[in-house]
Amino acid sequence: MRPVTHNTKVKIVEAPQGYVGEGFFTMKMSEAIGLARSNSIWPLPFATSCCGIEFMATMAAHYDLARFGSERLSFSPRQCDLIMVMGTIAKKMAPILRQVYLQMAEPRWVMAVGACASSGGIFDTYSVLQGIDQVIPVDVYVPGCPPRPEAIIDGFMRIQDLVKSEDIRRREDDQYKNLLNSYGIQ
Amino acid sequence: MLTNEIIKQRLKDKFGELVYNMEEPYGMLTFDTDRDNNLKVMNFLKEDEELGFTYLNDLTAVHYPNNIGKELAVVYMLQNIRAGIRIRFKVYTDISKPDVFTATGIFETSNWLEREAYDFFGVNFVGHPNLIRIMNVDEMDYHPLRKEYPLEDQTRIDKDDDMFGR
Amino acid sequence: MSQKQNIQLPEGSLGKQTTTLNLGPTHPATHGVFQNILEMDGERIIDAVPTIGFIHRAFEKIAEHRPYYQITPLTDRLNYCSSPINNMGWHMTMEKLIKAELPKRVEYLRVIIMELARIADHLVCNSVIGVDTGAFTGFIYVFEFREKIYEIFEEVCGSRLTTNIGRIGGFERNFTDIAFQKIKHFLDTFPKAMKEFETLFNRNRIFMERTMGVGGIEAERALNYGFTGPNLRATGIDYDIRTAHPYSGYQDFDFTVPVGTTGDVYDRFLVRNEEIWQSVRIIEQALEKIKPLDPSIYHADLPDFYLPEKEDVYTKMEALIYHFKIVMGETNVPAGEVYHSVEGGNGELGFYLISDGGRSPYRLHFRRPCFIYYQAYPEIIRGSMLSDAVVTMSSLNLIAGEIDA
Repeated sequence: MRPVTHNTKVKIVEAPQGYVGEGFFTMKMSEAIGLARSNSIWPLPFATSCCGIEFMATMAAHYDLARFGSERLSFSPRQCDLIMVMGTIAKKMAPILRQVYLQMAEPRWVMAVGACASSGGIFDTYSVLQGIDQVIPVDVYVPGCPPRPEAIIDGFMRIQDLVKSEDIRRREDDQYKNLLNSYGIQ
Repeated sequence: MLTNEIIKQRLKDKFGELVYNMEEPYGMLTFDTDRDNNLKVMNFLKEDEELGFTYLNDLTAVHYPNNIGKELAVVYMLQNIRAGIRIRFKVYTDISKPDVFTATGIFETSNWLEREAYDFFGVNFVGHPNLIRIMNVDEMDYHPLRKEYPLEDQTRIDKDDDMFGR
Repeated sequence: MSQKQNIQLPEGSLGKQTTTLNLGPTHPATHGVFQNILEMDGERIIDAVPTIGFIHRAFEKIAEHRPYYQITPLTDRLNYCSSPINNMGWHMTMEKLIKAELPKRVEYLRVIIMELARIADHLVCNSVIGVDTGAFTGFIYVFEFREKIYEIFEEVCGSRLTTNIGRIGGFERNFTDIAFQKIKHFLDTFPKAMKEFETLFNRNRIFMERTMGVGGIEAERALNYGFTGPNLRATGIDYDIRTAHPYSGYQDFDFTVPVGTTGDVYDRFLVRNEEIWQSVRIIEQALEKIKPLDPSIYHADLPDFYLPEKEDVYTKMEALIYHFKIVMGETNVPAGEVYHSVEGGNGELGFYLISDGGRSPYRLHFRRPCFIYYQAYPEIIRGSMLSDAVVTMSSLNLIAGEIDA
């Protein structure tokens, strides 16, 4: 019989803050929902160019993105939470990006991966959109050309922090509505 | 063995004065011909048994704003796959009426290459089945790769030209 | 989004027997942004109209405004799965223009880097064909070796994907011992994994039935459409730039050029697999050929184009002057027009450069293989089913950056 070796270095995440009693545990509703949402984000990889290949490397076995809860990549905007825009967005592509964003259901987050999506990158030309925040509101920008998979995972973890700490009524209040109105989105 | 000398001789025999400016920069035979002669030269190079340039490698355009009357040049590059020889020829056309006969009847490759030359330079290929813009947005009303147009987007308000040294 | 929209139907669309399907620009992540509007009769495709240009970044216009050494990052982003090949092609074009001779060691090092990039490109393409037929495992197995290739690139030039590797005249620094160790480790471990990948797919009944007889094209039509690279070799024509117009020392290497017979998806898959094996062979031969050469040479003696070492710039006068001249663009570039091509992952990647003696090119045109053979796509898929169209598109290895430039 092979001797069983126990892994004694297991790190257990501590329970969230709440009020414990005999047979019940209460915590704030927004915290519970934030905890659940942040560990099961389903991304939509909107990959256009070179950053898309680094995303494929992030999804592969070496830098596994699935261990953060994003095992299922949805390619339909109706079923996703996070749109990761990876690569250069040309002016011809901008209306399509906007339409995909409009089809997403609230709550939705946007991550701009790479220099081209954040600000136009090295392509300061007549045909390239200088940053996707000209057409849609962005939550996290990941710089790099292309960013290393560790950087993409770091951006993903920042999104997780945003999701965990978001107030559940944020999408209905005036500040968010004003933000969407400034982009022309109702 | 096909060499540049044989090709030069055959072209001179067939077309005489219509092919001129024969040079060999970096080993590739290059010549110019008249605008209306481009299809005849291509057909001759393709159909001839000895020459056999049956492969269109590339088709592009160049803008020379200083050659008045011959501003737009269309460059064709053909290749003989078996012998491994490349050849290049150019036709020049006026920018106010840039009509060139299309090569889509001879090589299928030239379909999108001519659309790209039209999109970037405005060369009008007569007889092309579908001459519309291919790379840029359809609403664009100028031909961007001509020398007079700038590289950057002029409608930007957030970039300070003094800081960027443009 | 809940407003009522009055949709204008096109003329005659209510009486049509066929359906229009938009295989739109937002593909599942692997392929790239190009659009196909398909006319379908049930499941069969009657016609297809491709639209491209969704990632047009105007490389040719940018190149007219940049000095010669700053165009290398642009060439990276053409076929970004195998960007070292594009970089080397551009450097060789410039060296052809200035008529420079390179030492043998530099040429063989370039061959090693180019063949590693070719392996990386074919690994992506083949595993994505597998993913499109539903087999995700091959993708996961193979990407580990792409990571090893990325580590080699990172050791040589600092970057993983868009490498900007090398300079006009050689490399920016010598290959370290760690780089050679990593290359040897790659060569030791890769063949076993490649055999595993082949046993998953080559005689797999489902894969063969999905891919044999699908997406074929005849050799004559392929030549007329301007095919090059593995897609042309799968139809039976053995045209490879490395043997037809040898460059960078390829004439000293012993390798075969694999060809297929029918040009369908299965043949393209097998041709790419065999090319990976031939590339491994070439890298082994290159490592042998480098051994007797002087290990301190990593660039040619081109003071007008190759930036001098930083220690020399800070201590010697000539190096400082050359550094200043190169960066400010005062070097004398000969005027002329040159065309050079390399065998990229998809075929003949050509650089047509017209120089007027100034700091930037007068006109630079990239002969991009993907752009030229994507025109044949409607003809290939006419009459086949929708799932065959998807597998055909991934087997043609269409890279959006190369189509749109």
